[in-house]
Amino acid sequence: MDINETIKSQLQDNPIILYMKGSPQAPQCGFSAKTVQAVMACGERFAFVNILDNQELRDGLKAYSNWPTYPQLYINGELVGGCDIVLEMSESGELADMIKAAAPKQENADS
Amino acid sequence: MSGVQMPVKAAIESKLGAAYQSELLAVENESHKHSVPPNSETHFKVTLVSGQFEGENKVKRHQAIYKVLNDEIQGGVHALALHLYTPDEWQARQAVAPSSPNCMGGSKHDHA
Repeated sequence: MDINETIKSQLQDNPIILYMKGSPQAPQCGFSAKTVQAVMACGERFAFVNILDNQELRDGLKAYSNWPTYPQLYINGELVGGCDIVLEMSESGELADMIKAAAPKQENADS
Repeated sequence: MSGVQMPVKAAIESKLGAAYQSELLAVENESHKHSVPPNSETHFKVTLVSGQFEGENKVKRHQAIYKVLNDEIQGGVHALALHLYTPDEWQARQAVAPSSPNCMGGSKHDHA
């Protein structure tokens, strides 16, 4: 699949998705660490991609979004921002509102 | 000052200075906080207050800066923290920009 198609389908399938360096448990960069903490603090499930594992995606997404650095947070297919923007929105409470609104409603809690 | 040349910092300052009418433009080299050699110019923090941001959302503001600094970003600037405000927003923040996170070693491996 073409990289832009891969990106589109990831954004379509995952209402909240964070492209980061490392994983939420083991971030590889301070900016990714801060961002994932802010997203996790909202208490909803979200998808993540470790872009260090996929060079083609890493380059492709930068071009796709016109955004040259990581992390990048997308909600409902839209780029919300990187670390600076996400942290400011976290402080203001805007991030939690957006994430809660975008999170898939779970009819039955998974067990 | 130690007399160390900082060509990248100077380029960032002059390009942003030319592109924006700013009330405040502060470019800080934060590379020393990261796992790079001394006197590196890899990690920067920019605080810019300009009326030109009026009516633009934050993503648009960042993208505009990335465009102005494309050569620097392609040329080895690894991290660029951007704090971009209109004069009103800056006043509401009481003229304080957030601080950047500490390094966790990721830049040892590669660039942005």
